Amino acid sequence: MTPRTRAVAWAAVPVRWVRVGVPVAFLVAFFVYPVATILGRGLWPDGHLDLSPLGDVVGDAALRDIAWFTVWQAALSTVLALAVGLPGAFVLARYRFRGRALVRALIVVPFVLPTIVVASAFLALGVEPSLGAILLAHVFFNYAVVVRIVGGLWAHLDPHQEEAARVLGASRVRAFAGVTLPALRPAILAAASITFLFTFTSFGVILVLGGPTRSTLETEIYRQTAQLLDLRTAAALSILQLVAVVVLLIAAGRFQGRRDVALGLRATSDTARPVRSLGDRALLGANLTLMLALLGVPMAVLLARSFATANGPSFGFYRALGELRSGSVLFVPPVDAIANSLLFAVVATTIALVVGGLAAFAVVRHRRGRALEAALALPLGISAVTVGFGFLIALDEGPLDLRTSWIIVPIAHALIAIPFVVWLIAPILRSIDPHLREAAAVLGAPPRRVWREVDLPIVGRAFAIAAGFAFAISLGEFGATLFIARPERPTLPVVIYRLLGQPGAQNFGAAMAASTILMALTVIAILTAERVRVGDIGTF
Amino acid sequence: MRRRVLSILGCVLLGCTLGSSALAAAPAGATVPGGRDPSDVTLTLVTHDSFAISKSVLRAFTLETGISVRVLPSGDAGAALNQVILTKDAPLGDLLFGVDNTFLSRALDEKVFDRYRSPELALVAPEFQIDTTHHATPIDHGDVCINDDKAWFAERKVPVPRTIDDLTKPAYKGRLVVENPATSSPGLAFLLATIDRYGEDGWRAYWERLRANDVKVVSGWEQAYNGEFSAGEGGGDRPLVVSYASSPPAAVYYSNPRPKTSPIGTVLDTCFRQIEYVGILHGTEHPREARRLVDFMLSRRFQEDVPLQMFVFPVRDDARLPAVFTRFADIPTDPATLPPDAIGSHREQWIDEWTDTVLR
Repeated sequence: MTPRTRAVAWAAVPVRWVRVGVPVAFLVAFFVYPVATILGRGLWPDGHLDLSPLGDVVGDAALRDIAWFTVWQAALSTVLALAVGLPGAFVLARYRFRGRALVRALIVVPFVLPTIVVASAFLALGVEPSLGAILLAHVFFNYAVVVRIVGGLWAHLDPHQEEAARVLGASRVRAFAGVTLPALRPAILAAASITFLFTFTSFGVILVLGGPTRSTLETEIYRQTAQLLDLRTAAALSILQLVAVVVLLIAAGRFQGRRDVALGLRATSDTARPVRSLGDRALLGANLTLMLALLGVPMAVLLARSFATANGPSFGFYRALGELRSGSVLFVPPVDAIANSLLFAVVATTIALVVGGLAAFAVVRHRRGRALEAALALPLGISAVTVGFGFLIALDEGPLDLRTSWIIVPIAHALIAIPFVVWLIAPILRSIDPHLREAAAVLGAPPRRVWREVDLPIVGRAFAIAAGFAFAISLGEFGATLFIARPERPTLPVVIYRLLGQPGAQNFGAAMAASTILMALTVIAILTAERVRVGDIGTF
Repeated sequence: MRRRVLSILGCVLLGCTLGSSALAAAPAGATVPGGRDPSDVTLTLVTHDSFAISKSVLRAFTLETGISVRVLPSGDAGAALNQVILTKDAPLGDLLFGVDNTFLSRALDEKVFDRYRSPELALVAPEFQIDTTHHATPIDHGDVCINDDKAWFAERKVPVPRTIDDLTKPAYKGRLVVENPATSSPGLAFLLATIDRYGEDGWRAYWERLRANDVKVVSGWEQAYNGEFSAGEGGGDRPLVVSYASSPPAAVYYSNPRPKTSPIGTVLDTCFRQIEYVGILHGTEHPREARRLVDFMLSRRFQEDVPLQMFVFPVRDDARLPAVFTRFADIPTDPATLPPDAIGSHREQWIDEWTDTVLR
């Protein structure tokens, strides 16, 4: 028995079962089973297996091109997001400056905005549909993923380690490459994997900003399933997607290696430093300027449009939000749409934190944990229309007959949010120095107290960041739910889509007003999550 | 402490929504006028995301019959139909509204509808009653047409194009934006208009000429209208767009203040007629109630509500149009049409050929 496993021996057997069992059951019920059912419709049409569609798809040059484009545009988007996001992660993790919390919250806003709204802002700024527009939009949407996930760990790294290396004669670059980079590796890999999977399955961006000639596996699966009802081809394409995602996740797992580095994590208040030197100022200034140009300007366009009524600047469009179609059966007053959005977000976040939190502990403490970690990431890489239609035809019996229940919407959101929770929390759990837990145990602390005093303060912040993402994913109605029937409770993004479906300045303006409300809600939600106090230790 | 505040806030919000939906559901069956048996049936109407009808109209149906209606929006028209087809064995609802003539043959081939011939059809023109087997009942129609930016043409003293052929003239080079028929329903309708007009052998040549005339293709109506169209809200630079004959009244209705004339017009020669149908889903447990809802959807009350809710036209002869439609809408007298069977069997092939002609 290694010291590590001994230190966690307090975890009684039933707890172990819960840790593994709950995430596995959730994944099987709401992902594996629905997806297998819809793939089965395509590949077992008359009760016997027919794999010929796979051959047809692989043999089709046009589809091969689509698959190849899907992979390389995602890879390129990921590299760009990392290149732009890593310096941002550094400055937000290491510098203490006025307004830092607000900037951290603002960068998450793009994440929740409906693609169609962002695209209209981009078009207004002169960005024409093209490959460049796709990449720009992918960086716009995923900047927060890199900054928050990498920055979340960076803020806990002890700066003294890098300083020690420098005192021992290492150059600045060498000290960074030899000390900080290896320590950040799990977080960088997590951010890169999530960005890759998001851009690999990107739908609206490709359709709206890619122009009519570009398609990806995701848009093609949508066309085959939702338009042509060719389930054979759709199933073959989905399997292709699945294979690519599994290969990526295995590669990421390999790259991460089995070595767990104990990092001696510190509270963020000990690691951040004020902006002093000219270099500090230049670095911070450059990053803030970039954020302003990349994220701030498109957001400002939406904000400005929401007030630009025919009679000059006014709240007219905000009032219109409550008046247009108010007699219509599917109308919801804006306050109710906000309440619906918040309700879904709270439920989705709760599910994601419970399932993902349990999974994170399982991932760290079980031999096959990495397999569970990878399996839970699969929903990010599988077509939303496959999952959505899978729900429809699989979840139609007994207690799982949730097809027309509102709960299916937050469940779909949670499916996307769980990998965030696992990937944010597991690396930090792994890197907690086991000696801390041992020391506490030796000093007579009961297991629960070890958890509360040692693990929780360090994991707490990661939980808060994960909760912020889960909340944002749900507020922004990520793709998966576009294809789920959703009675009664329209959310803000649904309201926005409906408004944009009709001509007229009032509709467009009201959609911009709803988008602005969505942006404000996001900022408030993230700021709140940041301030959640963990235990008695204080803010992290 | 802060957490407790948060959870209280959460409860309040939860309570709000539950409360408001309970209120919305309250009239169902509860207040049936004396004499009738209150039936506790709730019908589920599966439909597309653009469905809209006045609350008061549905409430009138409930008051009259005791039957409640739950609306279940399920994606765009194609996605909603495909969902219904895939769940044939365990139906999602009792009726499907929103199958149009471009998808009708798929719905009929897949046998998702039960047969029903509403007596109200007597007041519906035969041109809308395409399904002679009476599985799908027409409810509304709309015309996909080219809209023009009146001010743009007036300022430049360029005549507005009058025919579909005019669009290929040098005067309109770089002026038209259309939607990709592979991803957009109006995009497909305009392609079908050209196929009806130029025939199986001629439509590709027409599109080659349009392409040479620098037609712009975008993936959906929102990008075309609000992104590229010069009279749309996004400040685009193309004065011609594939949209609807109902767009001119909609542009007036959804402006504040309302203009005296519509800023946009309709090129009547370019229109394709879309007809939307409702059908009773095979396997429903409430066939009788579902038939009553079909009858109601053909009643004057429902038909006269349709224009300002969905910006489409009623199929019933005696349904009166609202003033904004009679004043600002131009309705084509002889729009293009194609038999649903032909659309169903050629849809994919036409789209592929169009893609080869226009995008490759």
